[in-house]
Amino acid sequence: MSGLARAAEAPRFEPALMQRRLSGTLFYGACLAAIGLTLLAILLLLYDIFTRGLSHLDVDFLTGVPSRFPDRAGVLPALVGSLQLGILLAAIAFPVGVAAAVYLEEYARQSRLNQLLRTNIANLAGVPSIVYGIFGLALFVRALGLGYTLIAAALTLALLILPVVIISTMEAIRAVPPSQREAAYALGATRWQVVSGAVLPAAAPGIMTGTILAMARAIGETAPLILVGAVTFVTYLPGPFEGGYTVLPIQVYSWAARFQPAFQEISATAIIVLLALLVVLNVLALVVRVRLSRHLQW
Amino acid sequence: MTGAVVPGARRWRERAIEAVLFLSASVGVVTTVGIIVVLAFETFEFFVQVSPLEYLTGTVWSASIRPYAFGVIPLVVSTLMIAIIALAIAVPLGLLAAVYLAEYASARTRDLLKPILELLAGIPTIVLGFFAITVVSPLLKSTILPSLGPFSALAAGIVVGLLVLPVIASLSEDAMRAVPRALREGSLALGATSFETIRKVVLPAALSGVMASIILAMSRAVGETMAVVLAAGTNPTLTLDPRDSVQTMTAFIVQISLGDTPQQSIQFKALFAVGATLFLMTLGLNLLSDWLVRRFRNVYE
Amino acid sequence: MVSEVSPEAMGAAHGSATPPAPEPSGRDRRAHDPRARIHLAVDRPNRHSDDRDTIVEFRDVSCYYGPFRAIRDVSLAIPRHEVSAIIGPSGSGKSTLLRTINRMNDLVPTARTEGAILFDGVDIYRPGVDAVGVRRRVGMVFQKPNPFPKSIYENVAFGPRVNGYRGNLGELVERSLRRAALWDEVKDKLRSSALALSGGQQQRLCIARAIATEPEVILMDEPCSALDPRATLQIEDLMRELSERYTIVIVTHNMQQAARASDMTAFITMDESRAGYLVEVAPTLTIFTNPEHRLTEDYISGRFG
Repeated sequence: MSGLARAAEAPRFEPALMQRRLSGTLFYGACLAAIGLTLLAILLLLYDIFTRGLSHLDVDFLTGVPSRFPDRAGVLPALVGSLQLGILLAAIAFPVGVAAAVYLEEYARQSRLNQLLRTNIANLAGVPSIVYGIFGLALFVRALGLGYTLIAAALTLALLILPVVIISTMEAIRAVPPSQREAAYALGATRWQVVSGAVLPAAAPGIMTGTILAMARAIGETAPLILVGAVTFVTYLPGPFEGGYTVLPIQVYSWAARFQPAFQEISATAIIVLLALLVVLNVLALVVRVRLSRHLQW
Repeated sequence: MTGAVVPGARRWRERAIEAVLFLSASVGVVTTVGIIVVLAFETFEFFVQVSPLEYLTGTVWSASIRPYAFGVIPLVVSTLMIAIIALAIAVPLGLLAAVYLAEYASARTRDLLKPILELLAGIPTIVLGFFAITVVSPLLKSTILPSLGPFSALAAGIVVGLLVLPVIASLSEDAMRAVPRALREGSLALGATSFETIRKVVLPAALSGVMASIILAMSRAVGETMAVVLAAGTNPTLTLDPRDSVQTMTAFIVQISLGDTPQQSIQFKALFAVGATLFLMTLGLNLLSDWLVRRFRNVYE
Repeated sequence: MVSEVSPEAMGAAHGSATPPAPEPSGRDRRAHDPRARIHLAVDRPNRHSDDRDTIVEFRDVSCYYGPFRAIRDVSLAIPRHEVSAIIGPSGSGKSTLLRTINRMNDLVPTARTEGAILFDGVDIYRPGVDAVGVRRRVGMVFQKPNPFPKSIYENVAFGPRVNGYRGNLGELVERSLRRAALWDEVKDKLRSSALALSGGQQQRLCIARAIATEPEVILMDEPCSALDPRATLQIEDLMRELSERYTIVIVTHNMQQAARASDMTAFITMDESRAGYLVEVAPTLTIFTNPEHRLTEDYISGRFG
């Protein structure tokens, strides 16, 4: 086709490049604005909490007990409660979760039952935490007769994070190269020996990281604990089998719900303590992942 | 290797270990069955005293104040209203953020921004509830809604939106990054701009993942408790006005368990009934989300 | 995940497709050459080019990915309405060279092009020239067929739509599919998914899609390497037909294909620093029967690459 004939056809396109470029730029601006707004919200939240609560953060606060007078209140029972709870629930969820993941990944990979179990765990991960609280109330507090104790709460929260622990452990196990297993089998090891001797040690960093992060999530939970009987005004340090315990998020809630500025301030202080605890756990998870996986080079 | 362990004993031990592992794996199923049984049983007992019809269709909820009424619709409507407000915030912000991370950001920017999003995801919900009553509500009151009370669905919805934003951002970003580069190149080679490529090729291809993330976010918003307990209040009236104080299903459950209600009372049974309703709603949403992903997932070959 | 032989794989970028940073930055500077603005922004072809036989001309073109030089000093003229083949061993930069013609290398953040590439007499790398406008007039078919997960109709209609086509879209789609020798096979299922087509059909669909924007040049980057022999021959016949209306530039590592299907062949190979350079360019018959350079002869007879 000659150039002249082509020129007669070509003007049928109106590419409107400038408008199209402009809308692209506007869109890009909107994306940036969205990110900016989100960052702003996070910063605003942190700023508010710290300006409100930092001034009350001192040793007295960390070692004191709640009181009717906000300036004398402390967070020790809640802090101790959270720590006890965290350790207990990790101690329960960790072995069960790892065992379940090992079974699903190493022992029953392709069966129909396996698929059912996996789907089931995925569904459990999406159940609201308050429903776990209701279940814990019915099962651990009432049916098993544990009452409103820390151990009942630990069992409830362990169930809550179990799906998360299982899923992250499964991923860690899956990341271990098949060659590691083959080498162990070739040496005459039984399946359990392969798992305990080759697979789990190799997957350990990922497993521990996952568990620590799940623990952090559980420590931040409030609703299930209200259901299983955490109390909001505790002035002593109960043991796991006694009643009358409290945890940091519950303390935050009970002070925040008072709507008096002084109580809202110490609620913010308690939030700072809670966030600090979470940061410590997250950093721990990171350190575990980095340090332990250093000698695992595939 | 030989002779250290009697082969028969070893086999028995292996079997035992496998049984223990199997039991652990079935804790999941046991939990699911347990939850369903508990909820069903108590709800059934509740329905002996309150007719299911009244529960499902009644528009008045008065559990603690006589005359008692147990129409669950106000609670459900409040829950949904807050969830929708939350999505109205989380969907635009989350999707735009996801597009930015998937299509525009350099690897370094992404490495910087993704942890920040995970930070938002890791903030305990009680903290967000605190944020709602100390910052969001006063801010709304002092800027655009001077007549706003201390409790409102709007303040709660905004904060729940922040809560579920990372869900949408993260899952949508994954869905977009899964779209093969060859498709983007094909579009650009035809003379499309980046924005047009995103709009006409990437987003449509990633649609199932994006929709699934939105449904999942809605499920989380429906199940959210502490933020709405602090921010939305305990007023179980049927209303569509976001400026009103409302009570969600989760807030009702908390209210009953915080009080001195005896365990055999009708209120406590109502707690289980509402819990069952909540469970079914979130289960339905989660299953819908799974179905969407499976049904509409693109196979690019 | 699609893995193609792509310039990005040469360790240049992080591997993810990051489109160029928001459009207005640097290229804000309006072209001072009125011809560039008129002809590429408003989309009329240049009727006053000096050499009417050459549609694309490389003048001392070098391409860099960061510090690495992938193409060295290539000067080459592509004649209008012919099939021109670029052959050479893998890694020699053939794809890179091809992608400069429609500025697809812009998508790689560290890529840089020096020298001039004239399209219809105008340097498309001048500041102020919009790459998006270039791409309507220079179409591309990729190594692995990449139809959109949409219907056949939507695939072909995509290009015209984004470029603001004003005529009858249905006719354009039909015309493009006919020219790509696909119409008879799909005319009853235009609304069905493009992904349901066979490999050869998908590639012809991609050709139809590229044709639909009424380009003047069609670039083909190893278009048959993912296809079976029968589909390959179909595409080669198609290239011949298409060259009556369009200019075809094809990169291929298959010498027999170049010998069969092209009018002119350019041979590119790597020097010691792994930069690609033009060894020889000549009518296909000449290159394959009586090449000038020893290197060309070695490559053609299979002694290396």
